[in-house]
Amino acid sequence: MDQHYPLFYVFHFYLFGVIALASAIAFVTRKSPVAAALWLVNTMFSLAALFVMLDAQFIGVMQVLVYAGAIMVVFLFVVMLLNLGHPSELADARGKGWKFAAALVGLGLLSEIMVIARTKLPEQLIVPRDFNEQQLQKLNAVGTIAQPLFKDYLLAFELTSVLLLVAIAGAVVLARGRAAGAR
Amino acid sequence: MLAESLALTAALFIIGVMGVLIHRNAIIIFMCVELMLTAVNLTFVAFSRFYGPAGQVFVIFVMTVSAAEAAVGLAIIIAIYRHRQTVNLKDINLLKG
Repeated sequence: MDQHYPLFYVFHFYLFGVIALASAIAFVTRKSPVAAALWLVNTMFSLAALFVMLDAQFIGVMQVLVYAGAIMVVFLFVVMLLNLGHPSELADARGKGWKFAAALVGLGLLSEIMVIARTKLPEQLIVPRDFNEQQLQKLNAVGTIAQPLFKDYLLAFELTSVLLLVAIAGAVVLARGRAAGAR
Repeated sequence: MLAESLALTAALFIIGVMGVLIHRNAIIIFMCVELMLTAVNLTFVAFSRFYGPAGQVFVIFVMTVSAAEAAVGLAIIIAIYRHRQTVNLKDINLLKG
């Protein structure tokens, strides 16, 4: 399955992978929510670079716009709205027992993935090797996604709009507060 | 590059899980959930390179769901903060048996 990749490609793939991993570790070990959010943005950016390298240019753009842009801004907005940016008064990590439990869960998930990585996929699921490159040549980066999205997954796409509507209504109702709710 | 992508996904997902278990700040826990969702997106994209573009469509759906989840979750955090003046999960134990 693995084709031969040029050294340039491999080097940058590993580079962005290492940056993503290091930023994620820095993110998880921060105590201040603002610092954690900024490290997470760094992780999202490197993952966007990886998406572009994996022939998913549109997904890479969406990653930067939606995750690194919109969602993280909402997080920082809430942190600053509630004035939670001081690391001293919150975000103390849990005790030894929880850290031990977290390590155990991590090891368990890792071993599970090792087992999954050894299984073989059934032949019917495998499409021709250069299928994606052909699609990219034929319809460009956006068309590759738009074709299945608006043909095969149209119902799911429409239902997503209902989900977003419910989420907007729920967020407004929840965050509206007491004074407005009393009316 | 499939194997490397899957290994990176596994590492990022596990980092997210450990963050959820270790931290007590509700907002950081939410960010860890976002990290897990993004890690799964990397799996979708890596597989879509070999198994067709349907995986990228699912990434779009995952992004939508995570955006909705962030909006609702942060609204809940704001509502809890109004009641309790804290987002420390140690102090939010109303439903604990």
